[in-house]
Amino acid sequence: MLSVSITHRLGAFTLDAEFESEGGLTALFGRSGAGKTSLVNAIAGLIRPDRGRIAIDGEVLTDTEARRFVPAHRRRVGYVFQEGRLFPHLNVRQNLGYGRWFAPKSPLTPKSKPLGGSEFDHVVGLLGIDHLLARRPANLSGGEKQRVAIGRALLARPRVLVMDEPLASLDDSRRHEIFPYIERLRDEMRVPIIYVSHSIPEVARLATTLVVLSEGQVAAIGPTAEIMGRLDLFPLTGRAEAGAILATRVSGHDQHFGLTTLRAAAGDLRVPYLDLPVGAALRVRIRARDVMIALHPPQGLSALNVLPGTVAEVAQGDGPIVQMRLDCAGEALIARLTRRSVETMGLIPGLKVHAVIKSIAFDHHAFAGVAPGAVSSDAEVADG
Amino acid sequence: MNFTFSPEELTAIELSLRVGFWAMVTSLPVALAVAMLLSRVEFWGRSVLDAVVYLPLVMPPVVTGYILLILFGRRGALGEPLADYLGIVFAFRWTGAALASAVMGFPLMVRSMRLSIDAVDRRLEDAAATLGANRVWVWLTVTLPLILPGIAAGMILSFARALGEFGATITFVSNIPGETETLPIAIYTFLQVPGGELGALRLTLVSVAISVAALFASEAIARRATRRAAGL
Repeated sequence: MLSVSITHRLGAFTLDAEFESEGGLTALFGRSGAGKTSLVNAIAGLIRPDRGRIAIDGEVLTDTEARRFVPAHRRRVGYVFQEGRLFPHLNVRQNLGYGRWFAPKSPLTPKSKPLGGSEFDHVVGLLGIDHLLARRPANLSGGEKQRVAIGRALLARPRVLVMDEPLASLDDSRRHEIFPYIERLRDEMRVPIIYVSHSIPEVARLATTLVVLSEGQVAAIGPTAEIMGRLDLFPLTGRAEAGAILATRVSGHDQHFGLTTLRAAAGDLRVPYLDLPVGAALRVRIRARDVMIALHPPQGLSALNVLPGTVAEVAQGDGPIVQMRLDCAGEALIARLTRRSVETMGLIPGLKVHAVIKSIAFDHHAFAGVAPGAVSSDAEVADG
Repeated sequence: MNFTFSPEELTAIELSLRVGFWAMVTSLPVALAVAMLLSRVEFWGRSVLDAVVYLPLVMPPVVTGYILLILFGRRGALGEPLADYLGIVFAFRWTGAALASAVMGFPLMVRSMRLSIDAVDRRLEDAAATLGANRVWVWLTVTLPLILPGIAAGMILSFARALGEFGATITFVSNIPGETETLPIAIYTFLQVPGGELGALRLTLVSVAISVAALFASEAIARRATRRAAGL
């Protein structure tokens, strides 16, 4: 477990953050300049915070009160930098091997099955970089560089893996190439990940826990779906991209119409065909702007997805757009409507309504947790 | 024209190479340390050290030679204790010629190394630290390999400077055949005696050949460094 509580002066404002991470992928989310990078640099020991305490699994790494500061090289905090920072004078194999020299000898084991082959082969296979080993960093694409950087950090056997906007320097298609690898890392390796990002789609797809930072302060912390569903955080989580996350399973395919049915607690969703087996788990992000509200079960409507629910919360504001949270069988759904609609329809908490979502709203932004094999069809979904 | 070297000429060539080699090798660790210090460490008096290092580049060589004579002569402030306690004598020895050459080449060596140290992306050093390397390992495995071309270029510059050194050497250790009479001094001496032109010409050609070789070597290293920096 990682626990952080630091205060650090940063030019115009003061970083004053406190959070804990139990494991999985904890995303530090916030706008540029919110102090995210300084926070992870403090965890890695690259900067000394003015005040505070950082500990991993009970071992204190930084404690300004006790004048304790473990230098970066003895922390075993793996760091994947935004720009990769591969050593230009070493080839990929040597880059990957760099940290192993200094790493403790007990190997890092994945959660489930015992390692077949060596740890090196396992990590190289996990990241799909076996064909790159003899190359120099200059001959790698941006996505390949980041995968090598992740492998290099992992092979140093870190206790915590820190990733500072590892996808920020990549274009969209490269980003989608890396997502599955980070997901496998999160699900198959025992290493807790601290993931810095200012992108909602990234966080929605990858994070198990979300820490929202605003001007150096922790504005909210909690499970990703819960935080994404909070109306009061919308100014921070980004209005246009904001949306709720539903946990679903594939329950069937309709070959004739090319549709896949996903079962969530809130009800069934029919989405464009996904190349996933029945039973596969899938996170779906439903953006608030794609949700319409009907007072009665709609008739003669082209949209395929209608989820019954109750209005749980209506965010107050003077602007023309209003956010509201629906409770659909215990799961939150966020809708974005005009204030005019809210008033003319008389939408108030407790009212029973129907949420309507067009199937084509489920583009590649909507899906998270898609297994690596299904990513190509993911792109087709986006096009269709 | 006769291209057979006389024993005196061969001695001068051998002596010059020896002086150049030792000037280069002995100033290497000092120059590297000073370059690291100037490039990386903020300390009081840094600008003074900076100026002192570059002084031999701008002062008349004869002045540098005279200062060396005052400091390292038999009765010099440093020369006397060095001779008495360590048995190291510079005055009128080939070692003195090497010292003069080392001092004259020092600014060039430091400058070349410092430029390459300044060019190192320090974020790579941070990355190495997060991978478990302590400062010594970071320096040996990341910094040093990245500045190697600068070090090599600095060594070649220093060696070339040593082969051409005249003023400081002749002022400090005089002109003693077989001991301090390096190539340029030998050429000068040949020109002072009637019938010495041929010997001067032969040594001049040797000088040109060595300089051209050094230039090619430094070009090759620079080219390799550029390719390496591009990661090819």
